Amino acid sequence: MEAEIREIRDHMGQYPPFDGLKDELLDEAAGAVEIAYFKAGTAISERDQPVEALSYIRSGAVEVYLHNGQLYNRLGEGDIFGQFDLLRDRQVRFPVQAIEDTLLYLIPKPVFDRLCAADGNFADFVELSGSRLKSTVEQSLRDNDMIATRVRRLISRLPVMIEESATVQEAARLMTENDVSSVLLLKPGNDEDSDRVFTDGEGRQWLLTGMITDKDLRQRIIAEGASAQTPLATISHGKLITIQSDESVNEAMLTMLRNNIQRLPVLHRRRPVGVVHLSDIVRYETNNSVYLVNNIFNRTSVKALARLTPEVRASFVRLVDEGASSQMIGGAMSSVGRSLMRRLVEFAEAELGPPPIPYCIMVHGSLARNDQSITTDQDNAMVLHDSFDPKRHDDYFRELARQVSDGLDACGYPYCKGGVMATNEPWRQPLAQWKRYFSDWIARPDPQRLLHSSIFFDLDAVHGEERFVEELQDLIAARAQNSPLFLAALARNALGRTPPLGLFRTFVLEQDGRHNNTINIKRRGIAPMNDVIRVHALGVGSRAQNGFERLEDISGAGALPAGQTDKLSYALEFLSMVRMRHQAEDIKKDQEPDNAIEPELVSDTDRHNLKEAFQILSNAQKFLRFRYPSPGR
Amino acid sequence: MAPGKQEQAEAPGWPEYFARQAEACRTPALKHFYETGLPGEQRPIEDIPLMALDFETTGLDPREHAIVSIGMVPFDLRVIRPSAGRYWVVKPPRPLREESIAFHRITHSEVEHAPPIAAILDEVLAELAGRLAVVHYRNIERPFLDAAVLATRGEPCLFPLIDTMALEARWERQGRLQGFKRLFGIEPSSIRLADSRGRYGLPHYSSHHAKVDAMATAELFQAQVARHFSPDTPVSELWI
Repeated sequence: MEAEIREIRDHMGQYPPFDGLKDELLDEAAGAVEIAYFKAGTAISERDQPVEALSYIRSGAVEVYLHNGQLYNRLGEGDIFGQFDLLRDRQVRFPVQAIEDTLLYLIPKPVFDRLCAADGNFADFVELSGSRLKSTVEQSLRDNDMIATRVRRLISRLPVMIEESATVQEAARLMTENDVSSVLLLKPGNDEDSDRVFTDGEGRQWLLTGMITDKDLRQRIIAEGASAQTPLATISHGKLITIQSDESVNEAMLTMLRNNIQRLPVLHRRRPVGVVHLSDIVRYETNNSVYLVNNIFNRTSVKALARLTPEVRASFVRLVDEGASSQMIGGAMSSVGRSLMRRLVEFAEAELGPPPIPYCIMVHGSLARNDQSITTDQDNAMVLHDSFDPKRHDDYFRELARQVSDGLDACGYPYCKGGVMATNEPWRQPLAQWKRYFSDWIARPDPQRLLHSSIFFDLDAVHGEERFVEELQDLIAARAQNSPLFLAALARNALGRTPPLGLFRTFVLEQDGRHNNTINIKRRGIAPMNDVIRVHALGVGSRAQNGFERLEDISGAGALPAGQTDKLSYALEFLSMVRMRHQAEDIKKDQEPDNAIEPELVSDTDRHNLKEAFQILSNAQKFLRFRYPSPGR
Repeated sequence: MAPGKQEQAEAPGWPEYFARQAEACRTPALKHFYETGLPGEQRPIEDIPLMALDFETTGLDPREHAIVSIGMVPFDLRVIRPSAGRYWVVKPPRPLREESIAFHRITHSEVEHAPPIAAILDEVLAELAGRLAVVHYRNIERPFLDAAVLATRGEPCLFPLIDTMALEARWERQGRLQGFKRLFGIEPSSIRLADSRGRYGLPHYSSHHAKVDAMATAELFQAQVARHFSPDTPVSELWI
């Protein structure tokens, strides 16, 4: 296969429906591709124009319209369009316009027809789908995902290869340059009849003879005191287990386990196309948000980032469906949120130039606690170096804050209703001022004021001088535990929101008009639970921000009666999971995810558990009143 | 000889040169190449069959260095067709130097089995005939092809081409704004292929390979026309 076809194939092979194609079909599709470029704002196809090819978006973004001119869909990198028209009558029904500069790969109609005929999944995808989210979500619903996914999906780079006549030192240098832990060994092929012979992109024959890993270099060279000039051939094992690129991820894992190996060269027919490591599979299985984070750092504009929202949601749904814990999901979603913020800051810094003085972007709320879910406001602030001079520096930071905040809003993290954003001047201050804020809140804890500032007591750095935020965390941890008045005020506030349990353990449902007969699980369960945990955590001088980690610190300090922290931890996990499952269901039903749980729709067991969790919260609130009493009561 | 100097002076145009060479050339492939002729100078660029062309060479001087590989991809303003393109590895008259091997990732044994340039020139010329060449950086493909034809056929081979790098320089290196930037010591933006492509939102291609670069050049030219020119721009405003 020629190099340019490989470029095309390697991109298409990552996206549905091409990711499910057998290698020969994928090769055929990539080999037939024609390319076309469209400037942002130009029409790609107009109504009643004949359609001769399936369009695949290699880069850029397009919008699809209905006849009445209404926006029907917005598509980005890796999406396809034109399939409906191709299947029907070969005339454009839905006009398409480029909204960014867009490069399309066009797959001619005859090839498209063959793909549909030869691959049932491909045909299903083009007939039924439109949105990648839907297919990703459906894909994640199949629990045999590892069986359906082909191993080439896990390949991120070409294999590093070297002739076996080279020395160990040359191999080590090559591995270091490429930052890999293994290298494949080759020798020139001479037409011998072996299934290890392949022809490279330039038509040359090679024989794949083995693989050398870091471990081999350690065991066979360094430990033996052998020369760095030893030829690789002399330390090669000679036997090599490989896998075909269209085998399943599951098969790759079994092959590794059966043979007790951690690396598996992946072949496309006989040509090596990558090396899969056991950790790649583990990562794929447990946390595909890693890929998402990677994707975030590849995006080059706010618009391109914003288009990742469906993928963020799909990844969330997948984690929920796979039975991950709320802590895992919260951690994964938080790393997505942090990565988005970092990328937005990079964009802003690229535009505005380097910051005039050191600074740190600080987050509060769920991102600081690492328990972000799918619907969440942005809560952020900025800690500036003490050399901050508003006249000289504030233009820069105000604009930076604005760009980051607008970017977050565009990416589905709406502006904070309470105004906790670095765009507001009080929350864009030098470190010394922040220290004064916290000292003041702790020393003179007016409950009313604390109500608004308690959000700042979950805090973490996201970008920049992390030590600024660490200094604040230190200050809080040191002062809060010695300030009974502050803890009492915080405790009193933590009792403000009661769990929705009436007498005889019946649910008290919301009657606020919009969400009748529901329970706002965040407001009535998770948030008060976090409030309770925060008071205890500050009371024992914990520097942790995450609820579960705080509970460990509280337990370690013996601040609660035996068994209480376990119960709280269990209740927090359950409430969080009910919320996340509810939100995942909303997403699957194409509804905007919210926090309104309908007890009617909860299973009997879950209803029972829910009541128990609320009861634990209620008891914890009562204990808090006793443990941190307000003076004079 | 007309071209070469033609870039500055009001020398006889390309059509005259082609007509003259079609008469004068004795090598059949060259004769055919010139006879196929050129599009009229006023023809709009959208009607012109184009050929993106990329050579990898052992160095920059056509008198001293040689062609190692050739990639070409036919296209027009509407569509690029990689599958209809061609790719050759060529055996240079002198052995490859180590550093150029590192750059191209084309190795000794590969070159050993490759044909010499003389053996494929007719095919190269046949592919090029009737298509206007598009390259990124004009000082490689045309002079090296000319040198190779002259050396093996004893006759020159020159033709107009579109240089996407020169086009990029029109916007990125000239004009008053750029002058100001220079004045203030602001680095001009890079007009290398990959950097130029980035300005049009074109993707990054991972391999260094003559055919991939030809495809990348074709995409860049489509993008440049989409952004800066009308599709009915006369071809003579673009070729050099």
